[in-house]
Amino acid sequence: MPDTILIPPDHAAPRAFTRAQLEWLPWLEPLAAEAMTERQVASLVDAARMKSPYFRLLARDPDALEARTRTDKDIFYNPDAGLPRAERELAAAATSRFNGCVYCASVHSRHAATYSRREADVQRLLDEGVTADLGERWSAIVAASVALTTTPITFGSEHVDRLRRTGLDDLAIADVIHAAAFFNWANRLMLSLGEPAGPAEAERGKS
Amino acid sequence: MRGTADVIDALVGIAPGSPLDAIRARRPEARSQAQATYHALFAPEAPGAVSGQERFAIARFVAGLHGDAAVAAFYAEGLAASAAPAALGEAVDAASADAAAQGPYGHYPAGPLSRENVIGPTYRVDAKTRAALGLRLAAAFEHAHVLVFHPRDATPDALKALLDAGWTTTDVVTLSQIVAFLSFQIRVVAGLSTLSGR
Repeated sequence: MPDTILIPPDHAAPRAFTRAQLEWLPWLEPLAAEAMTERQVASLVDAARMKSPYFRLLARDPDALEARTRTDKDIFYNPDAGLPRAERELAAAATSRFNGCVYCASVHSRHAATYSRREADVQRLLDEGVTADLGERWSAIVAASVALTTTPITFGSEHVDRLRRTGLDDLAIADVIHAAAFFNWANRLMLSLGEPAGPAEAERGKS
Repeated sequence: MRGTADVIDALVGIAPGSPLDAIRARRPEARSQAQATYHALFAPEAPGAVSGQERFAIARFVAGLHGDAAVAAFYAEGLAASAAPAALGEAVDAASADAAAQGPYGHYPAGPLSRENVIGPTYRVDAKTRAALGLRLAAAFEHAHVLVFHPRDATPDALKALLDAGWTTTDVVTLSQIVAFLSFQIRVVAGLSTLSGR
């Protein structure tokens, strides 16, 4: 039988960028958990990801998925110096905001808010977009992420200089580059293989 | 350059012992797993139904859309090494020149975000290029253009167009990973090159 697309059932769709918990509904058939090979299961890396239709869909190419996930984890979780976790998440959220990935922006704006405790600034990024004034250091990180996200890329020495002036060393700047670059990977998968759903609040226009 | 050497290191020109080599060494998994992703997508153990020629043709197209001559040349070399006829390489170059745009643009679902809609081109492969690429690659290029420049315009119908052109669900996952991974790799190369003052 030829493969077919999935049409998600009627659902609440987010109407604005939000820090609320969203779902993601696939447009292509994920693997059925019980039908997965050992290799496909191992490619999820974290057993809890078995619940996620996104990861069970990507597990159709297990080698690419596993390497993707391990790249992601080192860029965002490696605790050895460089950019603080909150600002790696800020770069992820800014990239997602600029590309228009409402789902990715929701997850990483939550993380940015949690690790920085700057909920109001994170919400301003979501509400006003990537030109919001978030203070010089955060605005420099957002501007660098945006310049790396344009196609063709417009990131230049002026972005490096501005980051250095706000106190980032070269390892931290490399972390900004990797965080923004990684979300150019992740946004394209989330945006093109399915769509976000929820939350109830967004339906009331309250996001 | 397509052997076991780290592709990002090679494209940036990172020499052992250089400052950027030391910086990349602080994120060893990000470095090795980016390379493992390259390996999974361009020298897969189990290539499935997506040929090496298709993989390199798509990568060359995506690098061309980014206007990155060095990365495009790297994948052009891979395409040539996959025994692609010269006419295919020429068709890929013609397509990437024809498909040039500036992203990201696209639409949001109707509502408060509609004011942020940005209009841009929808790419269709012309008849001459389509004949050289074949229906399957032509459909992949049209989809890759959406992913590169206006990913928020992606729809289930776009995936249906790929299925109709002979891509299976699993093939579409691989195709999407190729385009999305290139979007990462090209940015790491560009960013680190700028950081190193090149």
